[in-house]
Amino acid sequence: MSKTIKFIQGNEVCVEAALYAGLNFFAGYPITPSTEIAELLSSRLPQIGGRFIQMEDEIASICAIIGASLTGSKVMTATSGPGFSLMQEALGYAIMAEIPSVIVNVQRGGPSTGLPTHVSQGDVNQARWGAHGDHAIITLTASNHQDVFAMTVDAFNLAETYRTPVILLFDEVVGHMRERVVIPEKGEHALVERLRTAVKSGVDYHPYLPREDGRLPMSDFGGVHRYNVTGLAHDMWGFPSDNPQVVHGLMRHLIDKIQNNAAEIARTREYYLEDADCILISYGSSARSSLHVVENRRKRGERIGLLELQTLWPFPDHIVRERCRRAQTIVVVEMNMGQVLQQVKLAVDRPERVFLANRMDGVFINPTDIRNILRLIQGKGI
Amino acid sequence: MPIKDYIRERFFPHMWCPGCGHGVVLNAMLRAIENLGLNKNDIVMVSGIGCSSRISGYVDFHTLHTVHGRALAFATGVKMSRPELHLIVPMGDGDALAIGGNHFIHAARRNIDMTAVVMNNRIYGMTGGQYSPLSGYGISATTAPYGNIDQGFDIVELAKAAGATFVARTTTYHVQQTADILQEAVLHKGFSVVEVMSQCPTYFGRKNKEGGAVEMMKRMKEMTTPIGSKAKEAHPELIERGVFVRKELPEYCSEYNKIIERAQKDVMRKGL
Ligand SMILES: Cc1ncc(C[n+]2csc(CCOP(=O)(O)OP(=O)(O)O)c2C)c(N)n1
Ligand code: SF4
Ligand SMILES: [Mg+2]
Repeated sequence: MSKTIKFIQGNEVCVEAALYAGLNFFAGYPITPSTEIAELLSSRLPQIGGRFIQMEDEIASICAIIGASLTGSKVMTATSGPGFSLMQEALGYAIMAEIPSVIVNVQRGGPSTGLPTHVSQGDVNQARWGAHGDHAIITLTASNHQDVFAMTVDAFNLAETYRTPVILLFDEVVGHMRERVVIPEKGEHALVERLRTAVKSGVDYHPYLPREDGRLPMSDFGGVHRYNVTGLAHDMWGFPSDNPQVVHGLMRHLIDKIQNNAAEIARTREYYLEDADCILISYGSSARSSLHVVENRRKRGERIGLLELQTLWPFPDHIVRERCRRAQTIVVVEMNMGQVLQQVKLAVDRPERVFLANRMDGVFINPTDIRNILRLIQGKGI
Repeated sequence: MPIKDYIRERFFPHMWCPGCGHGVVLNAMLRAIENLGLNKNDIVMVSGIGCSSRISGYVDFHTLHTVHGRALAFATGVKMSRPELHLIVPMGDGDALAIGGNHFIHAARRNIDMTAVVMNNRIYGMTGGQYSPLSGYGISATTAPYGNIDQGFDIVELAKAAGATFVARTTTYHVQQTADILQEAVLHKGFSVVEVMSQCPTYFGRKNKEGGAVEMMKRMKEMTTPIGSKAKEAHPELIERGVFVRKELPEYCSEYNKIIERAQKDVMRKGL
């Protein structure tokens, strides 16, 4: 069978992947640089009997997908900084009520309206801590279109596996650039379908009683089990509870189900790390420039490598620590003031060897920028 | 089916204060559903946050207790993906019309088939008696110690203007009317709004010296009159109750089904 090869924008790849993963409900509100996702889905979803709705704002959009997910649909919304800010309360709700859902944030410059059409990676920490209260979250990213496809499908899979919202943190460059992508055949990329309860009608079903493996089988709204879903702390029936033991158990469950599976959730790409004295750590579009620098310098015999992060949260600190053990210099390349830098410093044995190569002026960080910063770090002058 | 089969006895006693009007709404709502003979599996109740919104925990339907003000947005997602289900969305006055006002007018504008029940006690009960957009001028509240200078909304006028295709008002004094109206509202195909004037003796009553639940309910009897009654002509300050709007317009999910048909025809014609 011939492969489907396309030359499209990253946002379009995200749509192809979401549909491949089984998306059948999308609610959104237009915002640059994510709008193509909504536009494309408004035409594609009804073709497969799915549903698209443009809501009155981003708050309503994330609320609508949560409602739709409870009926058994695979759901997604897409936005950028200002909209992502508006979504935080309901994102916390999806965490608390354990609603499988995918939230795409194609990052642009912030804060506030910031730089609508320019690139940034400034929402890494917001993805982690934007919603109030203690919680765990999964966030994936990608630097190229093949990975946008894979990470989008994975986002749906992880959302189902862990009954949780998953954030896809892309950036304007990846979202808008055109690149070749091979759409896998059906079955080539494994899909995780919703785990539904085997409990029969008339038998007490506990929507919030984790199985031994930590997973919670669901029952679709409209089905035979009628239960309560709430953002309040709740017991195994989903009924509000402030019993300290119940609350403690709930909090542990919400955090452990993700933190204890950090190794399963961690996704990285490694380039020339075996003998690297200098390791660049990057993600999203800045990893493209980083790889360019690494490959150029390798040709000149420098022992330099790249660790590209695809999972941002839970932060893959075990991998970072392990890979950076022998490195003399570690340089985090990102388009913000050092949001991943802080995580890397916490992860490695010798944080004094970690440096930042960044831009946060809306301009894409290019290989020359990185090379200049590397020369400074290495004391060579520009 | 006896009323007790519609409630989750496990979760009683309820959290409402003695004399709170919200319990009356629950009672009327269950009577309406009993009369309609709906299958419990076909009903989804979506609520926001507030004393009123706790109603969803007590009923034996699919229940979604969401965040403050956004119940209609959650309900839109449920309804869009399972249009055959009956959506009932009880909300407080602050919930529906302050923080949730935007969702309220847009759900009405879309004419999506669901029943919004505004349990209007003209106060923020849950947070302890602050003024709401329904309190009205001159009312006392914990955040209006010198008297409220905010003008109130008229829910009926707002719902009409926003495009709701069924709009009604009743009170907790008029339990039978409340049940009858809710019954009609649930059956109505389109966005229906039912305002139920309710009492919060704990905060509104106490702050405004309206007495206890009994006195407050009596007041609701005295300050309202059936739509178009003679009494209204003589006393224009009376608030009318009954069904104000009952009309048929294209319903959102049915319209979306047509989009699906159009899109699929397109695919057949042109290929994907
Ligand atoms: C985003 C947000 N803001 C504020 C609150 C606090 N809060 C909870 S209920 C409520 C108002 C309740 O009033 P109403 O909607 O009229 O319902 P009632 O309690 O009177 O039935 C407020 C302000 C909240 N839960 N969430
Ligand atoms: S505070 Fe008011 S609205 Fe809340 S339960 Fe008590 S009486 Fe009812
Ligand atoms: Mg109120």
